[in-house]
Amino acid sequence: MAKRILTVFFGLFLLFLYGPMFGIFILSLQGPDGALTFPVRSFGFYWLGNVFQEQRVGSFVESFQRSFWLGLLVVAIALFISVLGSMAFRTKFKGSRALFYLTISSLVVPGVLISLGIGITFQVLKIQTNWFSSGLGAHLTWTVPFAFLIMLGVFNRFNPFYEEAARDLGANDIATFKEVVFPLIAPSLIGVALLGFTLSYDEFIRTSLVSGQYNTLPLEIFGMTTNVTSPALYALGTLTTLFSVTLIALGFGAYRWLSR
Amino acid sequence: MYKAWKTFQPYLLATPQTLIFLMFLVFPITMIFIVSFWEFNGYAMTPAFSFANYVNVFSSKVSLSTYLNTFKYVVLVWSACVAIALPIAYYLAFCIERDSVRILLFLICTIPFWTSNIIRMISWIPLLGRGGLVNQALLTVGLVQEPVEWLLYSDFAIVLGMVHLFNFFMIAPVFNSMMRIDRSLITAARDMGASGFEVLKEIILPLTAPGLAIGTIFVVTLTMGEYVTVRLMGGGQSASVGKLISTQIGSLQYPLAAANAVILLLITLVLVAGILRVVDIRKEL
Repeated sequence: MAKRILTVFFGLFLLFLYGPMFGIFILSLQGPDGALTFPVRSFGFYWLGNVFQEQRVGSFVESFQRSFWLGLLVVAIALFISVLGSMAFRTKFKGSRALFYLTISSLVVPGVLISLGIGITFQVLKIQTNWFSSGLGAHLTWTVPFAFLIMLGVFNRFNPFYEEAARDLGANDIATFKEVVFPLIAPSLIGVALLGFTLSYDEFIRTSLVSGQYNTLPLEIFGMTTNVTSPALYALGTLTTLFSVTLIALGFGAYRWLSR
Repeated sequence: MYKAWKTFQPYLLATPQTLIFLMFLVFPITMIFIVSFWEFNGYAMTPAFSFANYVNVFSSKVSLSTYLNTFKYVVLVWSACVAIALPIAYYLAFCIERDSVRILLFLICTIPFWTSNIIRMISWIPLLGRGGLVNQALLTVGLVQEPVEWLLYSDFAIVLGMVHLFNFFMIAPVFNSMMRIDRSLITAARDMGASGFEVLKEIILPLTAPGLAIGTIFVVTLTMGEYVTVRLMGGGQSASVGKLISTQIGSLQYPLAAANAVILLLITLVLVAGILRVVDIRKEL
């Protein structure tokens, strides 16, 4: 009985979680006479195509490209840092506790503080803010902690005997990493990369003040919310959500298939 | 030689991570702290050591009520997240028998977290607006004669939106804690005649406390600094500290924004420290 009630509750929760998103999916599949609210007037792909045309508020394609390259850059740096960092944490070292708490604080500090802090720093130092400098830094404060925590879990389950065996056979540290450690953690790295990419791709608050002259995609969309009053907004939301969900599915898949 | 390298190695490995956080977390927050004492002359900020910004915050009725309003959101969002997370995590951890089904259902709960917050907020508009689906349904059924106005652009919408965005941060740690509970404890309690409610009260809830604590830290800090939801769902009138800060930045009043940010950070730190005193979360990680 209790289980049945909980099953119903879980179903309602999923409806709460996904229902609104499906609403805008449906509304974005309308013809030219479509509006922002139900009911759906006619079916068509007019608004999805509309996304790729020049918008009054700016171009979606360019901001997508910016977000895409920024995501790749963020992932590359975050992977490098978090693999090294999580390997450092396999042995006890002075200051490890402090670094651990610093990493956690980066995650829990209100995002608006990161944005304001980096913005003020660049202003005082008289450096121009840009998505690939200040924006990149802001994204790292969000993605590196996640990548680090996942890698910490990966190395917790990692058997150190493999490395000792390699070392006994005469391999130095770099050879051991290249031939033994890296192939074993590679599947997890693919997962971390895809999840890290979506975190960066969808990040808004931390970037909002420090992206400089050119907007990333979430900033562009936020700008559109005040100017665009057609289903083009929903169409853009649908496309970018589908893009994220595909990457997430691939990320989770990479974990499960490759780490078997 | 090899031994010296071994002791030195972790420091070298941890250096990039330390540098990134010093550059983009510690240094910027230090700058906020410094600038919060600077002066603002109407168009630019000038170095100074003045408490004027803090006096401004504490003497202004508007900013005090903004802080109170933010606490209101925190309490409401937190309560709703706990009320959702406990049954959902319990269901996943104890009612689902097959491991693969459990993981799949948990992943389904986490997917929206990785997608865009802004899109997730926008998607409520066709549901809650004046001509939205909810109002259409209410009118058709005849429960109301006029469209309900408070569904969107209201405190209700803000809290709903934040619960929608942040419930993942409560569900994940609570679920994690529940999965670590030794099942034989529950069997033992049952064998000794404990009722389902007693098992819940004496075993499951106390052992879930660390997860609840971690979830609370996330939900509280996220809600404290949030302003996207307040902007999109509150429609202009509603106020929160995050939105206040972003508005002050918009009018270039960086020192005042910095003072508010310092106060926000201190409140957050006090709350987190309080939670950490009650529950030891290090075991959970």
